[in-house]
Amino acid sequence: MGCIEMLKPQVLLRGISFKEAREYIESSCDEYYYFQPGFKLFGEYIIGVPPIAVGIMKDGSVVFPYTKPCHGTFVLKHRDEAEAERVRRLGREEVMRSIKRR
Amino acid sequence: MRNTTALLLMGCPEVPVQMSLVLYLSGTLRDKGVEVFIAGNPAALNLARVADRKRCYLGRMIEIDRAIADIVEGRRDFSMCFAFAHNDAGITYAATVRALLPESKLFMIIFGRNAEELAAVVDFDAEKLVERAVHNPLGLKKKIDEVLAWAV
Repeated sequence: MGCIEMLKPQVLLRGISFKEAREYIESSCDEYYYFQPGFKLFGEYIIGVPPIAVGIMKDGSVVFPYTKPCHGTFVLKHRDEAEAERVRRLGREEVMRSIKRR
Repeated sequence: MRNTTALLLMGCPEVPVQMSLVLYLSGTLRDKGVEVFIAGNPAALNLARVADRKRCYLGRMIEIDRAIADIVEGRRDFSMCFAFAHNDAGITYAATVRALLPESKLFMIIFGRNAEELAAVVDFDAEKLVERAVHNPLGLKKKIDEVLAWAV
């Protein structure tokens, strides 16, 4: 069992495509940031078709896609204010890097 | 070609052609001197181990998320990757490997009843081998043979 499953996060959506997960996070979260595959979240490397959207809710929850080979993609939600702040900080750094590349 | 390393990324093992093709592809690559690593979830790995108990065909076996972690952390690199996909999750894992290993050759073996529809959503750089195969591996075997003739 992976670290994320042991957190017992809330399952918002299940059995969806990765694109649907991204669209849900973009339309439902208070703020969201984009990352490349291999971004570490709750101790696990996130799988995904780039860009991977990771959302943050006002209560400090992190909303993110989670893919397993036989179960497709889930959208999970887990409240962790420290992790939410880390996502926010790294997400902003990622934005700054992409602006500099242009 | 002795330094060539290949990652075979197995998807969910519910479609029969996958295991047959993994054994075939792994054995053929090994015959060509390629070092083979096979990644999958525990069910897929166990199916492979039982099918090849003397390890005549299989390469090294590794749990799929461990394989991703090893690539991200720089412990492993692969010059080529064969990603098996019959669902969206398979495409998602392949896209992850594409992003993590931009220099490697990526071959996507796309099969199952919705193979063409799945192949259409692959918008990253990969050589696609596509067949609506569920039980019969021969069409994809032929395509794999054609690829191996020039790729290895």
